[in-house]
Amino acid sequence: MTTNIGIKSKAASVEFKQVTKIYGGEVKAVDEVSLHVDAGELVTLLGPSGCGKTTTLRMIAGLEMVSSGSIFIGEQDVTLLPATDRDVSMVFQSYALFPHMNVFENVSYGLRVSKLNKKDILEKTNTGLELVGLAGYGDRLPSELSGGQQQRVAVARALVLEPQVLLFDEPLSNLDAKLRRQVREEIRELQTELGLTVVYVTHDQEEALAVSDRIIVMRNAGIAQSGSPRELYEQPADSFVADFIGEANIMDVQISSVDDHAGLAEVSLGNLSLRLASRGMSAGPAKLAVRPNRIHLLAHSDVPSLAGVVKKSTYVGNHMEYVVATDHGEWFSISDNVDEVFRAGAQVQVVFSERGPVLLPD
Amino acid sequence: MAGVDWHLMNRTIGLWLLVGLLGFCVLPWYVLDDGLWSFEWLTDGYPFDTDYAPALFLLLQGEKLWLSPVPVLLSLPLLGIVLSKLIPTRGRLLGQMLCLAGVLGLAYMLAQGFAIGIRGWNSELLTQAFGELGDRQFGFGYGAMLVCVSFLFFLTTGIAARGAVNGDVFIVGAIGFVIALVGMFILFPVLNMLASAVQDGDGNYSLGVFFSKLFSSKIWGLHCLTENRSCGVAWNSLVLALCVGALTTLLGLVFALVATRSGMRQAHLLRPLTVLPIITPPFVIGLAIILLFGLSGAVTTFVADLLGINPTRWVYGLPGILIAQLLSFTPIAFLVLIGVVEGVAPSMEEASQTLRATRWQTFRTVSLPLMRPGIANAFLLGFIESMADFGNPLVLGGNYDVLSTEIFFAIVGAQNDQGQAAVLAIVLLIFTLSAFYAQRRWLGKKSYTTQTGKGDSGIPAILPRRVLIPSYILVGIWSTFTIVVYGMIFYGGFVEIWGLDHSITLKHYITAFGVTMTDNGLHFRGSAWDSFWTTLRIAATAAPLTAAVGLVTAYLLVRQDFAAKNAFEFGTMLSFAIPGTVIGVAYIMAFNVPPIELTGTGVILVLSFIFRNMPVGIRAGVASMSQLDKSLDEASLTLGANTWRTFREIILPLMKPAILAALVFSFVRAMTAISAVIFLVSAEHNMATSYIIGRVENNDYGIAIAYSTTLIVVMLVVVLLMQLLVGKSKVGRRVAQKVPPTV
Repeated sequence: MTTNIGIKSKAASVEFKQVTKIYGGEVKAVDEVSLHVDAGELVTLLGPSGCGKTTTLRMIAGLEMVSSGSIFIGEQDVTLLPATDRDVSMVFQSYALFPHMNVFENVSYGLRVSKLNKKDILEKTNTGLELVGLAGYGDRLPSELSGGQQQRVAVARALVLEPQVLLFDEPLSNLDAKLRRQVREEIRELQTELGLTVVYVTHDQEEALAVSDRIIVMRNAGIAQSGSPRELYEQPADSFVADFIGEANIMDVQISSVDDHAGLAEVSLGNLSLRLASRGMSAGPAKLAVRPNRIHLLAHSDVPSLAGVVKKSTYVGNHMEYVVATDHGEWFSISDNVDEVFRAGAQVQVVFSERGPVLLPD
Repeated sequence: MAGVDWHLMNRTIGLWLLVGLLGFCVLPWYVLDDGLWSFEWLTDGYPFDTDYAPALFLLLQGEKLWLSPVPVLLSLPLLGIVLSKLIPTRGRLLGQMLCLAGVLGLAYMLAQGFAIGIRGWNSELLTQAFGELGDRQFGFGYGAMLVCVSFLFFLTTGIAARGAVNGDVFIVGAIGFVIALVGMFILFPVLNMLASAVQDGDGNYSLGVFFSKLFSSKIWGLHCLTENRSCGVAWNSLVLALCVGALTTLLGLVFALVATRSGMRQAHLLRPLTVLPIITPPFVIGLAIILLFGLSGAVTTFVADLLGINPTRWVYGLPGILIAQLLSFTPIAFLVLIGVVEGVAPSMEEASQTLRATRWQTFRTVSLPLMRPGIANAFLLGFIESMADFGNPLVLGGNYDVLSTEIFFAIVGAQNDQGQAAVLAIVLLIFTLSAFYAQRRWLGKKSYTTQTGKGDSGIPAILPRRVLIPSYILVGIWSTFTIVVYGMIFYGGFVEIWGLDHSITLKHYITAFGVTMTDNGLHFRGSAWDSFWTTLRIAATAAPLTAAVGLVTAYLLVRQDFAAKNAFEFGTMLSFAIPGTVIGVAYIMAFNVPPIELTGTGVILVLSFIFRNMPVGIRAGVASMSQLDKSLDEASLTLGANTWRTFREIILPLMKPAILAALVFSFVRAMTAISAVIFLVSAEHNMATSYIIGRVENNDYGIAIAYSTTLIVVMLVVVLLMQLLVGKSKVGRRVAQKVPPTV
């Protein structure tokens, strides 16, 4: 990557104020969503299909118009502006490269439409191609490129316009697994280097965790939780988020008492008694979420633990996966120790690590 | 109103203002006898002569003073622009001014056009109200037309300025333009015809006359059941159409099954059959049937000699029309059904077989039910085609009268009863529209398509024996018959007098297409050249216009969302269900008098072709546009291009094959059309098909057949050239979505 780049960033913030999108008079695709993306930030919209994340992205682009609410880019109210007049570029899932234009024509299309002079167009297009490592590919047709190269052309085409906001709609879903990791790192690198505001849609939680400054998890046309990758993974707001981002064991528990002063709750699970962050909950039924890698299996335990029997024991190369049946439900656990393994039927003690269990509302 | 691009808006208004001014101040206001392009008017008293003067000069000379509100309305948008610069809430004001100018302008233009005709006021009421006018006017000329166009686009621009379709000037304009065209050239003539059906001979409205005509025994009589007389024409048409619909569907299905599921290597040879009905003028098959089975036909005389009986005219009537239509329309059913048969996923049939169903059980319980909507579709299509067919019944009908030919005879025959023609046209229209409506309502929602975007690795099941063998036999008979028929057409042109003197001669070709060298170069002496060149010229003019209207409509249907889109689609596809004879009658009734005077011109032929063939263009466009990933448009929009630029730079280049196909098909269909054409031709603008029909009516079969053969060859060359070109342009075009190879 060159340091002296001819492509600058005009990064601006994005703001949704109670935006609703209704299709066909009844179906709410996005319901009263308010969100904010800082200038220069990479925010991911994550959620299962049909949760409204792509609609949200398309409303930022101006490809869908809001049914109610307003959208701001920077200081400007763009709610009624069509896509053509918004300073936003988008990288499509299918890349949407114009098949009848070569790479150079594709990348320079937006510049030509904006009526820049020939010299600037040439310069910016070449800089854009250099930026994504495709200098010298200008004469090729999109059909003569590999999937990864097509993807880079799509990125360059969006970049050269120096948009206020750059949008990615599942950009990696057409790439194979190994390429995905490389391309997402490149995207993140470009974003930080140029200081771009990026909104990124994906349904792949690992991808979201890896690239984002902040993740917004969406569910049923609304926002389930918003926060940094670590916050979402370690402090999920509810069982939906806990389950959607990574795997989690989620069990019904009773909160016996809450110490509001210290913010701690007393939870009992069998003969185990846990003191956990109360997270604003009061005594009564609640849910407990524990990540599989925070559950350890021991042959013998000195600390209080749950007794159980190994039901399944699976070797998956770099770790072991266990399912353990206890009096308080079945637990899924993974262990890095692939040398000393428990066989199915073995008696084990289940222990949670210090920062493992998290209380969730019932 | 933030969605509106004001720069573009003002430029658009300026453009249409210029067009309006050009129409008002420069071009002759009224229609010219010699046409605009002869430029005779320029040297003949323009701009002061009232026949040639632009509206501005008419008004300045104190003539046609009822036109004086037009310049006022034309200048409204200018006022709007000026005012909106002064007032901050310019969107509302400018939009309202534009809409006002558009609505009032169009309304006033139409009102004065319909109110004042060549005999002054057009209605007694107006004469009573305003007194004798003492003046008159002819139909709209180019001047008036341009002014109408500019009012139309003021209106659409105004609607866009008020925020419709997100303020998109291009889209609203395109929608308005298509609606105006469909309204003026499909709805207006048809409604006008309906209105004339409820008038008696003196132009008074009378429902009694209408109903007595509508329910007359000539149309609905059932005498044929009880006595030896023919039934009403409506029953004749209905029986014929039901037979043709059922039989073409059966034959089409058999062909489709043999082509895809017989395992026969030569099956792909069946596909070129689908080209035949496209390049064959509809009545040519009828001619061949006459050569074979007519009174002096080859087969008739052979059989009569063999059995020692007198040859009869048995083929004239239902049998002849039925055979001719089966030959003409089976390929259309085949074309529909091959798509349907291929749409049944092979894995469905494989699943059935693994569940221990035999081939016959699989075919009966899985394949056939899945094809059901396609079969219904093919039936309705055959029904509509048969109802609308004019050429074959005209040539072969004998005493078996059907609606489409009766309409023709009501107009051109001794009776010249436009009211009767209109009533018959209404009955015909009710049949075809019901079938069309059933097809859209009943089939539109059902989807049995089992193919998804995912690849299906299954292999189509081979047909069970008890289906396969009868299929082979049917296909064999039909194909042999078709080959014989086309052979007859070719051979017939070289025979002295069919049935009497079978010596080979070139005289028909020489009479029709003779060329001699003179001192002034080539002299096209043959009698057919005139109509041949006219046909080529008119078809070549109509083709690009048809393709353009069709593709723009397709773009609106596939890519844009707007209010009442379903009604819009129904309206644009409607002309498919309106038989050509109906369009022909409706056109001569509607466009014979001001404000739109077109009869006897080439323009009316071109217009009839555009609106008869528009559905072909739309279908080609819809099919090809549905295959273009929508994100291509969206990518262009997010890169800052507006919809017009996106349409021009992304959609159009990618649609080249579809454009070419639409061009060629509308060209070829214009060359082979007869039903509407026969009403609209004039001495000056005679078309090949109506010339041939004229020869047939004079029993001059030799020239008719020679000319038909020439047409078929010309069109075959055109279609083949197109397939060559389309085949080439597919290279380098690929759907954007690409699944990368997995490592």
